[in-house]
Amino acid sequence: MRGNPVFAVLLAMGLGAASWLPLLNVAPNRLVSGQGVSLWEVVDAVVDSSKWLNGFGVVAVTLLCIAVWMTPSRRVRYGVVALAWGLVLGLVALTGAYAAHVAQLQSPIARTSWGSGFWVLVLCLCLMAMDALHRLPLGLAVRSGVWISLLCAVLGVMTGTGCEQLAIMKEYANHAESFLPAILRHLQIVALALLPSLCLGLPLGWLLNRHASLQRWLMPPLNIIQTIPSIALFGLLMVPLAWLAANWPGLAELGISGIGVAPAVVALTLYSLLPVVRGTQAGLAQVPSAVLDAAQGMGMNTWQIFWWAQAPLALPVVLAGVRTATIQTVGLAAVAALIGAGGLGAIMFDGLFGNAQDVVLLGVLPILGLALLVNLGFAVLAECLPAPAEGGRLDPV
Amino acid sequence: MIRFENIGKSYDGHRVIDGLNLHVARGEFVVLIGASGSGKSTVLKMINRLEPHDCGRILFDGREIYDFEPRALRLRMGYAIQSVGLFPHWTVARNIAAVPHLLGWSPSKISERVDELLRLFDLDPELYRTRYPHQLSGGQQQRVGVARALAGDPDVLLMDEPFGALDPVTRAALQSELKRIHQLSGKTIVMVTHDIDEALQLATRIVVIDRGTVLQVATPLELLTQPANSFVADFLGRSDMGIKLLSLRRASDLVRSQAAKPGESLPSNASVREAISAMALHQVASINVLDAAGVHLGVLHASDVFTALGAVHA
Repeated sequence: MRGNPVFAVLLAMGLGAASWLPLLNVAPNRLVSGQGVSLWEVVDAVVDSSKWLNGFGVVAVTLLCIAVWMTPSRRVRYGVVALAWGLVLGLVALTGAYAAHVAQLQSPIARTSWGSGFWVLVLCLCLMAMDALHRLPLGLAVRSGVWISLLCAVLGVMTGTGCEQLAIMKEYANHAESFLPAILRHLQIVALALLPSLCLGLPLGWLLNRHASLQRWLMPPLNIIQTIPSIALFGLLMVPLAWLAANWPGLAELGISGIGVAPAVVALTLYSLLPVVRGTQAGLAQVPSAVLDAAQGMGMNTWQIFWWAQAPLALPVVLAGVRTATIQTVGLAAVAALIGAGGLGAIMFDGLFGNAQDVVLLGVLPILGLALLVNLGFAVLAECLPAPAEGGRLDPV
Repeated sequence: MIRFENIGKSYDGHRVIDGLNLHVARGEFVVLIGASGSGKSTVLKMINRLEPHDCGRILFDGREIYDFEPRALRLRMGYAIQSVGLFPHWTVARNIAAVPHLLGWSPSKISERVDELLRLFDLDPELYRTRYPHQLSGGQQQRVGVARALAGDPDVLLMDEPFGALDPVTRAALQSELKRIHQLSGKTIVMVTHDIDEALQLATRIVVIDRGTVLQVATPLELLTQPANSFVADFLGRSDMGIKLLSLRRASDLVRSQAAKPGESLPSNASVREAISAMALHQVASINVLDAAGVHLGVLHASDVFTALGAVHA
């Protein structure tokens, strides 16, 4: 069969978005809402200053249209990946150039932010590249490397010269001092929450697998915790932690208090406990009983059975549980900013309360990036497990 | 080698094994046979303490099994089960090496032993050492399973329906391999099965168990000719007991030394059952039999078969 229907639909969607959705929103200042600007208007406005960019865009789109009708050989797929990602970078550069144009023409406090057309286009291009990349005979590590390099290239274009006038980059400049500390604080919260969760969750999962009757006592509380909205859980924890800090000054010196990192870490630990416990229990439960029978009959002791049979055979499923827990914690840690824990959530809420969408984006995009990196990391880790290719594998990216 | 003395066991107040007495001598191939739920597997698992018993005692090599540490006891007993239970994340070589490794053998000795066992089971070490269990057929997996059970050179081999899940052709091949290995190694083997033909073919003695009690302990020939009661006779398949009896004797034992007649010849290891079947098929009353070298040995007459059976009964 010639052509690729997925690809054709994505290309049509992308072209539609370019024609009918605003690529950019331009507002005279931060407080008023802006006006949409289409791709054609953008291209028209910066036609002199970015000739090579427009030229590349036209050629790339034409080539992609041709690629739809071609038999998807390996070479065509590499071409599609390169063109799609070239276009993503080109779009970022183009919007940056237009923002600079607006700043010059109107006023330096005008805000040029990405509109719905931009997001849909980038999404379509990324899906196209992903589709082509997945059909290529590349290992997961290589594919991850390709994605990470795209991420770095986009960051490079955004922070390079020419994009300073984009609203999100203006906000970045405003938050420059607090941005990196916010990322580090975010990672710190995630790590502090996951460590006790693993230390508790792995043994609990093992215990559950060994004594099925415990399931009745342990699972309901964990399930109920999952259903409590995070804000409510933070609130619930404030009282006992504040009380602890007030009555034991030693704890207060350690940083325990009703607000801040302590309740956030406790709450996130409680949330991540369920996927870790359940993953561990499920992983151990799917170890074939024949293997355990044989191991016992052979004369292995409990520890040997655990290290040689149960642990390696359960590992892929356990890892899937830890992956869920980590990604969930990266996301939930944003909410922790509401009780003064800091992190990227602080920037996000700043924008939310100040009605500044670009500040929200400045907080959200790094969270998204972190979650994607964590996901990639776990997928690569799962691929590296020495188990033979028989079930129990995590999905690739 | 193994002696059961008045063994009893209950589950939830329900007696599953009752007053079991049995002695398995060194080098014997004892098959425990019975319907499902008869308690035969439980009896087997009592030997390596996977199942505890409530009363009586079991002696292994003259000592009570509860005097042994359970791991030490199990290391001296190979154990093969129907579902094989190979470690799926280990290669064939590493699976077989498990018990020698536990026994602390040197790597070179383990490696030699693995190759020796693979060859014993007709698996080329070059080809199969590095394979994973999921890359093997069911029959090959069970060969590796039995090889693993034999790896530590155990005194006793315990087998729980090891061939139950295999197709008839593979099962027959593995049965004759096991018989060969038993004759070659002189190991004491205790096996559980519900397949009477398997029991008759392999066992030196058969133990018929029903509802936790031993109904009869006898050689295959005794069992067929003198079943202890009507349950045993039913279990043996009353209607074709005679045919089963035929399969216990070799055609070469009953031949008359006379010149070959025109027509079919049977190989030396053919049973009388196969000979009668061949005669019925070719509508003749006698058939040529060859010796091990493939040279004419003599002629088997159908009439001799039935007088020979009469002699057994008398």
